[in-house]
Amino acid sequence: MKRKIDSYTLPELPQKDAMPCRLDRRGMLKLTALAFLGVSHVADNAFADEAADKRPQPGDRLVDINGDLGKPLRIDDIKLASKPILAFPFDPATKKARDGSRLNKLLLIKLDATAMNAETKARSAAGVLAFSAICTHQGCDVSEFLPEDKNLLCFCHFSKYDPLADGAVTAGPAPRNLPTLALKEENGELVVAGLLSSAPGAKTNT
Amino acid sequence: MLKKLPWAPLGTVLATLLAPLSASADMANYSPVTEARLISPEPQNWLMYRGNYAGWGYSALDRINVDNVAKLTPAWEFSTGMSEGHQAPPLVNNGVMFITTPNNQAIALDAKSGKEIWRYKKQIPDELQQLHPTNRGLALFNDNAYLATTDAFLVALDAKTGKEKWKTAVADWKSGYYMTLQPLVANGKIIVGCSGGEYGIRGFIAAFDSETGKEIWRTYTVAGPGDPNAGSWPTGKYATGGGSVWITGSYDPKEKLTYWGIGNAGPWMGDTRPGDNLYANSVLALDVDTGKMKGYHQYHHNDSWDWDEVSAPLLIDIEHNGKMVPSLVHAGRNGYLWWLDRDQKGKNDIGFVDAWPYVEQNVFTKIDPKTGRPTYDPTKVPGTNKTTTYCPSLWGGKDWPPEAYNPKTGLFYIPAQNNLCAELTGEPVKYKAGDLYIGVPLQGILTNVRMTEKAKDHIGEVQAWDLSKKKLVWQHNYQYMNWGPLMTTAGNLVFGGGTNDRKFHAFDATTGKLLWEFPTNSGVIGVPSTFEIDGEQYVAVQSGWGVDAERMQGAFNAVLPPEQKNTVPQGGVVWVFKLPK
Repeated sequence: MKRKIDSYTLPELPQKDAMPCRLDRRGMLKLTALAFLGVSHVADNAFADEAADKRPQPGDRLVDINGDLGKPLRIDDIKLASKPILAFPFDPATKKARDGSRLNKLLLIKLDATAMNAETKARSAAGVLAFSAICTHQGCDVSEFLPEDKNLLCFCHFSKYDPLADGAVTAGPAPRNLPTLALKEENGELVVAGLLSSAPGAKTNT
Repeated sequence: MLKKLPWAPLGTVLATLLAPLSASADMANYSPVTEARLISPEPQNWLMYRGNYAGWGYSALDRINVDNVAKLTPAWEFSTGMSEGHQAPPLVNNGVMFITTPNNQAIALDAKSGKEIWRYKKQIPDELQQLHPTNRGLALFNDNAYLATTDAFLVALDAKTGKEKWKTAVADWKSGYYMTLQPLVANGKIIVGCSGGEYGIRGFIAAFDSETGKEIWRTYTVAGPGDPNAGSWPTGKYATGGGSVWITGSYDPKEKLTYWGIGNAGPWMGDTRPGDNLYANSVLALDVDTGKMKGYHQYHHNDSWDWDEVSAPLLIDIEHNGKMVPSLVHAGRNGYLWWLDRDQKGKNDIGFVDAWPYVEQNVFTKIDPKTGRPTYDPTKVPGTNKTTTYCPSLWGGKDWPPEAYNPKTGLFYIPAQNNLCAELTGEPVKYKAGDLYIGVPLQGILTNVRMTEKAKDHIGEVQAWDLSKKKLVWQHNYQYMNWGPLMTTAGNLVFGGGTNDRKFHAFDATTGKLLWEFPTNSGVIGVPSTFEIDGEQYVAVQSGWGVDAERMQGAFNAVLPPEQKNTVPQGGVVWVFKLPK
């Protein structure tokens, strides 16, 4: 659903955290969805997005951005050296995806664990590695895996990252590594085992 | 005396005295940029994107000319502190230069010394993704300067101080709308258009009040309900149909008509949206007061090649069969040079005159001589789950870098890419707001380039055409790409960068002889300008490789042998050249 933008002559909307009383887009979506469902009371506070906006936390599960946002991914869902899966963290306490910010997008890929050094292996769960999916260059989605050179690719300006070397930049204009995220396995599910190694996204406000 | 003053007022007095000093030294005599000046710009200044409303990229200055250009030397340089694609022309208004940089910064400089007067930084949302981190310049009007941003705002600045006067949200960046173009000032209005076709936007051109930022009109570039050409789209597809607007329109102030080039339809594969998909890949003629469409011409229908018809046409009077035709001329991304009549039957409608290929093109089998509608070779039309090789490549015969026209030589100059083809395969795609909506595997775009045998000789070209004779008068070749916007002058010169060897070049406008070249800090993909102060002529351009030039280099590196791979250094610098005294 697109935000309704009938009038474009308003001044720039203040940021959400600076304007706690105003319904933002996410709140609108939730209320609209609830209205359509005929829900009579708002048990789920539409204004409290802290959990959804928060970066991935230890203990979080992961859900497929293009799949069921309520169903945590299992190790077996990630196939060896196939197209990466874009995921959001999933807060097990609220049972909600942390989808409040696109900076929370993660890239999951399964690679041959025998090709990993000790550090990379320690960060993986049965060969599954997780990275921020936001290119450090200009903030586009890093969504592709190139099997021939085993690199991750950002389409926007063809920056490449090595998933077996801490997300190091191997080509293109990206200024810094793709942040990594440690994973572990619990009962066949993928579980976040730490924090992102650095802040996700591009730093363009220089 | 000072002791008698309380501290607070003293602070105020000092602040009042000190704060404006740096600006007032350069700005006390700032000349308002009036409508009259824009219609008849004085030669010593460069007040808009292409120097005049007709889009010529031409200057009547001739102190720097074929006889002395070889002596051209740097007068000053200025580091912008930014990386990515620096494409804005240095605008100059009576000694004050204005540039913009990627990441939505605007800078005013003393045009003689390069001293910074002010800098404006539009805050960018952390979540914004910038597929095209660039900006093509400020629009100047009265005492204001207008900036169109990658988070889809139109911002009005005080040209004397750089202070923000107002900003208007033109569209929703979260749904993929963004702007990189220099706004057009026409009849007191500020006119812009949005890009974002790769994200499934519905393109438009819109006009805003120059004083208040209030929207006056909005005309969609994708025909929807109520538009007579809505039937050129399958039901509902118009809402995500693309039709980006990338580049400032040209303008005929007598007729109050403005002409804009429109991008391709989305997603990329034409079989996902059967029909002509108006007004994608077209030129539009709009009434500047109402936004009403007075005419259009679609260069090619149902695009599947990513041939955005990015550039606005140039307004040139050209002789055709003994009659002078008020024309629109456009070197198409589709590889054909288009010659249109902008006043067909005296009705301001757009008519077809002629079109012919200016680079290797293997898709069109014929052009209807009356309408200009091309017929396609079906084996050269990519489709969903269908792999096709076609020429020119997805970057076309010419992408966004503007052509130039010199009224003294009568020649039309094109920065062309030749001997390049592309291989593409479509894939099914679903729309999701803010996500890419292309329908081609991204890996396939990385490795799309196919070089023909002739590419071993050269790829980049600067072409000079005598349009009325349909004759290529001269051509200069570069080994690799040419992403260099062109400028031509009464000194019988053509200037342009665009090569991956960091050079900025000057050619004899009549013969094409290379007369001067200079290696800069980075690759030159900026629009050049020229100006005069105290009797001295200067030539200015920004060097700062990035965006599509860099992307093409990445695509070349993906297919070239190691010894031919290249990385062009980044970093923006304004270069200003003059003759030694």
